[in-house]
Order: sequence, then structure tokens, then C-alpha cells
Amino acid sequence: MPDPSETPSLLSAIGDGLKRQVLGVQQYALLSAQAVANIFTPPTYWFDTLEQMDLIGVGSLLIVIVAFLSIGGVLVLQTAAEFQRFGETATTGDAVSLALVRELGPAITALLVAGRNASGIASEIGSMIVTEQVDAMRALGTDPTRKLVTPRVVAMVLVMPLLVAVADFVGLVGGFIVAYFTLRLGAVQFWTRAIDILDFGDLVQGTVKPLIFGFIISTIACHKGLRVTGGTEGVGRATTSAVVVSSVWMLIIDLFLAKILLYLFQK
Amino acid sequence: MPLRKMATLVPGEPLIAFQDVHIGFDTGDVLNGISFEVWPAETKILLGETGSGKTLIMKMAAGLLRPDAGRVWVMGQDLGAMSETDLLDFRRHIGFVFQEGALFDSLTVAENVAFRLREEDFAEEEIETRVREVLRFVEMEPAIEKYPGELSGGMRRRVSIARALVDRPPLVFYDSPTAGLDPVTSQTIITLILRGRDLQGVTSMLATHRVQDAFGLARFRFDDKAGRVIRIDPTTAAVQPRRSNGEGAGASPTNLLVLREGRSYFEGTAEEFLHSPDDYLKTFLASAE
Repeated sequence: MPDPSETPSLLSAIGDGLKRQVLGVQQYALLSAQAVANIFTPPTYWFDTLEQMDLIGVGSLLIVIVAFLSIGGVLVLQTAAEFQRFGETATTGDAVSLALVRELGPAITALLVAGRNASGIASEIGSMIVTEQVDAMRALGTDPTRKLVTPRVVAMVLVMPLLVAVADFVGLVGGFIVAYFTLRLGAVQFWTRAIDILDFGDLVQGTVKPLIFGFIISTIACHKGLRVTGGTEGVGRATTSAVVVSSVWMLIIDLFLAKILLYLFQK
Repeated sequence: MPLRKMATLVPGEPLIAFQDVHIGFDTGDVLNGISFEVWPAETKILLGETGSGKTLIMKMAAGLLRPDAGRVWVMGQDLGAMSETDLLDFRRHIGFVFQEGALFDSLTVAENVAFRLREEDFAEEEIETRVREVLRFVEMEPAIEKYPGELSGGMRRRVSIARALVDRPPLVFYDSPTAGLDPVTSQTIITLILRGRDLQGVTSMLATHRVQDAFGLARFRFDDKAGRVIRIDPTTAAVQPRRSNGEGAGASPTNLLVLREGRSYFEGTAEEFLHSPDDYLKTFLASAE
């Protein structure tokens, strides 16, 4: 027989859990709004923003290049067999180009950036919280949202489309190399079709998505970092949580974004 | 700077006033109705066991935390009524030394100390002069280009004191500045606080669980001419400020506030503390022996 005294405690535990979640969403929304509002009022930390662009953009370049060389090649390998069955190997460039620019470029770059930088941001800010450096910053009269959050958000939003552009190009190069050696496709044939298949709507998709993904990843990472409690163990939890939550939300929003953008461009 | 003027030019008013302040967390109340005052040029020592709420009082006085109930007045400002933006401006007029120093890991000693000056757009020549001056004051000039990770615990505290004093604030908070340090290094830190108090006229609050810190500050002063710390002669204490209860000159500039179970347990001078028959207060003295 269940102990009747457990019922209210279970309910209150669920209630407390829900309250914490709602509070978390509220704090995230306020932090995101504040991070954006800070752009329009002084002081603006341009040097910190440039430093973050270097850390996030240049720092992620190598993994993006290596990953997309492989992804482009794998795309060709996987699709080539099907195209060969119908004698349509010439359309390989079309498939690789559309898949990369519309979806794989933004989504996989975002996952790579989330894995590398969301963890870095959350652990850096979380460590600053644990060692009272954020409080020290406030005690020195500096707004941590302005100094720590806004430069990271702006930097990531700005570098994400650039990284995706590199990813798309490198993916196509990888695809071409594999197509050249396995399907004997010529460079002109591959690149002409890969470029011609793209229209304005595809380019908008390939640009808007990384902007939004960059915003989601950076704000969630900063939010997780600033909410660290419980010492170094808490920093570890926040780091994991930042990567998982930002990746999952990025993929969920990608679904809706894809539908909206396809609808807008009548695809 | 109006706040700074208020710190020294409001006669007959305390610099800090806590009025029936309460604060608590999920685990329960930590402070249950604390009231006290700190007068200009006074050094108020918050003495209490770990978890007695010393750091919370300091953080509330610096506007880093808001009380659940009660009011906190600092330099004529009701901190509870101020927005975070106003509080940021307010905090530019105080200094805060954190328990572990809280230096920025990614910045050098010089950059840490210069942080506030850069935020306030001082000229680079002025920053260089002030940073060197204050690092010389805490005897850390040779480490100017080092990173916090290369410094010992005592050195980090000294740099943290330099960072707090660089803009010459009228009010400085020291949160357990000697915690975890050996006796010799602790004495060096107390000497620096004495120098700040006696040479720069800084009003300060110091949280500690070491009664030795309290007596070090109450019984000694830094003599600029002699260039060293000397014992205060209680019979010639002519230029002392008012006590925290507002009574006239001649009293000690250093007063103790002992916290126990979220309340003020004792408030008075070091000598009154020393001669108190109270058993709980004696436990602090016993721990120092």
C-alpha cells in the first residue's frame, strides 16, 4: 500500500521541477534579449568580439574542412550507386550541392561548432562563476552580460555563415574528388551542374540557418555557463548540458525553419 | 563623482547602514535581522564561524546580492531601490577583495589591476603610472607581467588588493583575505590593509574567522614616517572616528561585529571583546592561542 505522505511530496517535487524549468526559460529569454540589446548601447567590446571570432571561426576551421571533405566524398559514394542504376551519374553534382547547401552544410557545421565551442564557452564562463571572477567583474562595475555574453553571441552569429560557406565549398571539393576517381566525372560537368542547380532560395536557406543556429548555440552555452552551481562538478555538468541542449534545439528549430523557408521560396 | 563625495562629505551619517536585513536560501535563513552601521574611516571586522553569513553581508553591502527583507544603505544610497545598471555605476566607487582573489585568469597582473581604469577610459600613460604605483604599494611590481596561475595564494591576494585600491575608492571590502594563508603571509596582508587604512584613509569592512586579524587591525597602525607598523597607544588616540554606535571621537577606529546563528551577537571594540566574560566569544580567543 502506498504511503499517503508520499503523494504530496511527489507532487511538490514535480511542481518544483517545473518551476525550475520555467525559471530557466525565463532567465534564458532575458539573457538573450539583454545580449542583443547590448549591441545598440555603449560600451561595446569590439576587441573581445574579434577575439571570439578568431577562437570560434578560425579555431573551428580545421575540423570543418576535414569533416566536410569526408562528408562530400561519402555523399557521392552513397548516391553514385543509385545514379549509376539509372545512368544519371552526371546529376551527382546536383545532389551533393543541394544536400550540402540546403541542409548538411548548416546543420553539421552547427553540430561541430556546438561540440567544440558551446562546451568551451560554458566551461569558461562556468569556471569564472565558480572562482568568483564574474562577481569580481560586477564588483569592478562591468556588466558580465555585456563583456562576456554579447561578444560571444555576436562573434558566433557572424562566423557561422562564413564557416558554412567554407563547409559547402569543401564538401563539394570532397564530392568532386570522389566523383572524379569513381565515376570519372569531369570537373566542368560536376561544377557546372553543382552551381546551376542552386537558386536564390537555396542560398537564403544556407545563410539564414547558420545565423539562427549561431544565436541558439552561443546563447544556450552562455546561459548554461552563467547558471553553474556546485563547483567544478557543476562546470562539468554545464559543459555537457550546453552541447546536448544546444544541439537538440538546433535540430528541432532546423525542422521548422526548413519548412518555413521551403514554403517562402515555393519549393 | 557624487557618490565619492557622499562617502566623505555627509557629516553625521554612517557610510554603511544595515536595517533589519534578512536573507536565506533553499537550506533556510542565513541572516535573521542584522542591523549595524559603519562610519567613515572605521574598519568594521565581521567575525564569525564558516557559514555565519559574513560573505553575504559583504556582498549585500557591495550590491552583489539583494536582501530578502530589510534595507541596506551605502554612501547614502538605498541599494535595494537601485537597478543593476545603477549598481554597476555605484560599484565603480568601491573596492572588493574576494576570498581567493578572483583574479582574471586570462589577464596578466598588470591587466588585472588596470581592468577598472581601462573600463573607465583612462589614458594609457595614466594607467601605467597608477598600476605601477599600486603594485609597488603591495610589493608586487616585479610580477607585473605574470599571469595569476604563476602566483602563490598570498601573491594573488596582494594583487587583488592592488586591483581594489587602484582607483582609490573610499570604501573597500575584504572577504576573508587571510583564509588559507600561512601566519607570515597573513601578517603581510594585514599590514597592507593597515597601510590602506592609515595612508589612504579607506573605510573598510573585513570578514574573517581569525581573531588575530581583528587584533592586528585594532592594536596597530602604519606609521608612514617610520615606514613600518607600530602599536597604537590607546591613551593618545586623538584623531579617531566615531564608533559604530555614533558616540564621539576618541574611540577605536576598528570595531568588531560577531555573528552567530544569523544574528549580531556582539558589537564593540577589540578590547571590549577581549575582556568580555561571554563563553562563546572566548572560544574565538581560545582558537587563536
